[in-house]
Amino acid sequence: MTNSIEEFEFTDLILATGTNTTENHPIIGMKIKRAVRQHGTKLIVIDPREIDLVKYADIWLRQKPGTDVAVFNGLMNVIISEGLYAKVYVAERTENFEALKNTVEKYTPEYVEKISGVPAEDLQRAARLYAKAKRANIAYAMGLTQHISGTDNVKTMANLAMLCGNIGIEGGGVNPLRGQNNVQGACDMGGLPNVFPAYQQVANEEARKKFETAWKATLSPKPGLTLMEIMQAAGSGAIKALYIMGENPLVSDPDLHHVRAELQKLDLMIVQDIFLTETAQMADVVLPSASFAEKDGTFTNTERRVQRIRKAVPAPGQAKADWEIISELASRMGYPMEYSSAQQIFEEITSLTPSYGGITYRRIEREGLQWPCPTSDHRGTKFLHKDRFTRGRGLFHAVEYIPPAENTCEEYPFILSTGRVLYHYHTGTMTRRAKGPAQRYPECLVEINPFDGAKLGISDGQAVKLKSRRGMVEAKAKLTTKSAAGTVFMNFHFAEAAVNQLTNPALDPIGKIPEYKVCAVKLEKA
Amino acid sequence: MDRRILINLKIDGKDIAARAGQTILDVARENDIYIPTLCYLAGTTKAGACRVCLVEVEGARSLVASCCMPVSPGMVVKTNTEKVRAAQKMIVELLWSSGDHNCLTCEQNGNCELQNLIYWLKIDKPRFAIEAPRYNQENTNIMIQRDLNKCVLCGRCIRACNEIQVNEVLDFSLRGSHAKVGPAFDEDYINSACVFCGECLQVCPTGAITYTQGKFAGRPWEMEKVRTTCAYCGVGCQMDLFVKDGKIIKVAGNSDYGKPNEGSLCVKGRFGMDFIAHPDRLTKPLIRRAKGEELQEASWDEAYSFIAEKLAAIKSASGADSIAGLSSARCTNEENYLFQKFIRAVIGTNNVDHCARL
Repeated sequence: MTNSIEEFEFTDLILATGTNTTENHPIIGMKIKRAVRQHGTKLIVIDPREIDLVKYADIWLRQKPGTDVAVFNGLMNVIISEGLYAKVYVAERTENFEALKNTVEKYTPEYVEKISGVPAEDLQRAARLYAKAKRANIAYAMGLTQHISGTDNVKTMANLAMLCGNIGIEGGGVNPLRGQNNVQGACDMGGLPNVFPAYQQVANEEARKKFETAWKATLSPKPGLTLMEIMQAAGSGAIKALYIMGENPLVSDPDLHHVRAELQKLDLMIVQDIFLTETAQMADVVLPSASFAEKDGTFTNTERRVQRIRKAVPAPGQAKADWEIISELASRMGYPMEYSSAQQIFEEITSLTPSYGGITYRRIEREGLQWPCPTSDHRGTKFLHKDRFTRGRGLFHAVEYIPPAENTCEEYPFILSTGRVLYHYHTGTMTRRAKGPAQRYPECLVEINPFDGAKLGISDGQAVKLKSRRGMVEAKAKLTTKSAAGTVFMNFHFAEAAVNQLTNPALDPIGKIPEYKVCAVKLEKA
Repeated sequence: MDRRILINLKIDGKDIAARAGQTILDVARENDIYIPTLCYLAGTTKAGACRVCLVEVEGARSLVASCCMPVSPGMVVKTNTEKVRAAQKMIVELLWSSGDHNCLTCEQNGNCELQNLIYWLKIDKPRFAIEAPRYNQENTNIMIQRDLNKCVLCGRCIRACNEIQVNEVLDFSLRGSHAKVGPAFDEDYINSACVFCGECLQVCPTGAITYTQGKFAGRPWEMEKVRTTCAYCGVGCQMDLFVKDGKIIKVAGNSDYGKPNEGSLCVKGRFGMDFIAHPDRLTKPLIRRAKGEELQEASWDEAYSFIAEKLAAIKSASGADSIAGLSSARCTNEENYLFQKFIRAVIGTNNVDHCARL
């Protein structure tokens, strides 16, 4: 996030898009609801689903899934043509405005209505409301990124925020709500194929030299493969060994039939986890690890706040913390890693990661610090890009709308989107073993619009079959207007009704993120 | 109101400078003067319902509720007069008599604000006849248990539900001595729009709303509190794990320092931690010694040697780029750092990624 969680409560307008906040980030959802109910904040929701936040919204734009770029370009079309944009900000802090202006020119409200189904008048109202807010905050999540146009979607949002001078101010910003406890930290720590910690490029010689010296090793200058590419390479035989720590790709990845076949070709698969997950069951070696309550360390949350976790209970049996396992394995392979505590590793991290440079366990004992925090007297950074962008001026990226990779047709007439529900989390390995959440949401439900239900003779609670070009699953129907007619929604928490049998592995060309939010399916009674 | 304007007043004989807009209670707390409260809940509407926080203000017609009364210049406040104590005792004794406050079997024993008030006010016997219990316990869900016989109608749960979490599920229903708290149509939580954030449970001053699974699992003084960060979504809520005999009994939001959740949690954080002690947890390394065989238990030593030998063989036969690793958005920074260091420095490839995109 460019800005902080606390700022959601104290801003003039929130634009929430592609985020079912009250279910996936309930505490941020709570702050958005408080802002609306108690502090007079305006709320625009742009989402194909009638999520809970719609109840609190001033304007709800229900676009067809996958038409986000058109909607955002349409908002900017109105803002520019009505002269509502932040002219001084655009002139002083940004570049490439003319290109943006030329691109969005054809996205008139009427044209956008044809693509997205959003009424022209609503689009205009939303554009004016956003542009006239003194401070406006954009919140988004996977609803925007899990498309083949995911990167474009994020760029158009950044365009909109810059156009109205909302980046680099308190209460503003473009704020991705990160779905996993430490996805921010995993990225910061270099858990990515092209960068070392703090996004220092592996292809950059200076950065590589720095890490070669620190780690006393020769490092490869060639960026590695991304997750989806690794899976494909496993299938083709180019990847022979895969070491998986705390992930369950056999439920979370798209087009599971394929993933299983690819993983089966590996010579060696190592899985380190707290449960014998679907993925671990296929492994050659399974290593038992400690859960977050059984070890010390840090997580970095969605607002870049580095916070402590502390050991509360012993790990079961012989399970060990992941850092202990990795250290021992490295030592066995002739590269001694001798750490006596997580804190000692953290000290090595901060010596090599400039944005974490000023953070110590002592400083975050009470309250976490938000990076960038480069020095021991730096108080952390509440919001980014104040006065200047990382690259100097903010660059507008003119982006054209492209339709989703898979369209509905006579055989597969419904659009399927996937996501989470409040009571469960990701592949369900944790929440489905928690009695309360499992009682409240015991089985997988497919959300179907009552109109479609009536048309197909499907009633609430009835078993239905969903088929796509890649697979078939069965689950119970839940009739709800949350889904628009012609669309269905299914969660991916239940391995026995694994929606990723159906999903389309088409990737965003830059982000390499699969298009989970749009695939074509057929729906029938089971 | 200009909050920079200072207002001078006296509380219990002490000269105090307060800011405009503060209540007597705010000012007393800032100056370490104790005034008991019950219905007061920071961050929500001032209800002034229970009258436990009464104080004497010179010149006022009657005792005033300090939680609602703003300070004014020259105010003279007394918090500990006989009149104040007599009124507080009367209120607390009436609350006591109106419910089934039997500490012997109550989970909140030792952590109950009503019990503390009775003790602090030195009330050794209830003056009034205690009413018989009239409500059934609500046991229809396995997260939150409700016993309205222990409810003192302070309304904190209602304000927490409506003003803190904004879930808008709880309210008072009925009137007078029949008044009670609950979701619409007097439904149980499980049949209502409740989303089980448990904010009501966390703010309840008595044993009216408690953790179902915490029942008979440990007394407040037997549990150690360990502060940590929630392991579910990216918000990073600060929470306290209550631990007894190496087991987590319950989870509460931590509000000691505020950010990012100010003591609030959602259903996953508060009620989603059973997985930690689940019998399905992996406790020993497992090895599939040959393709097609079952996974079998092994020692750590064997597992490390097995992996080290195989990885070394694959690396020398097919090169470092034939090996890849998936790091984890669920593990700590320290572990993610070490994992990519392992893949880059020990294996020698940049084939490392994680599920940030999924």
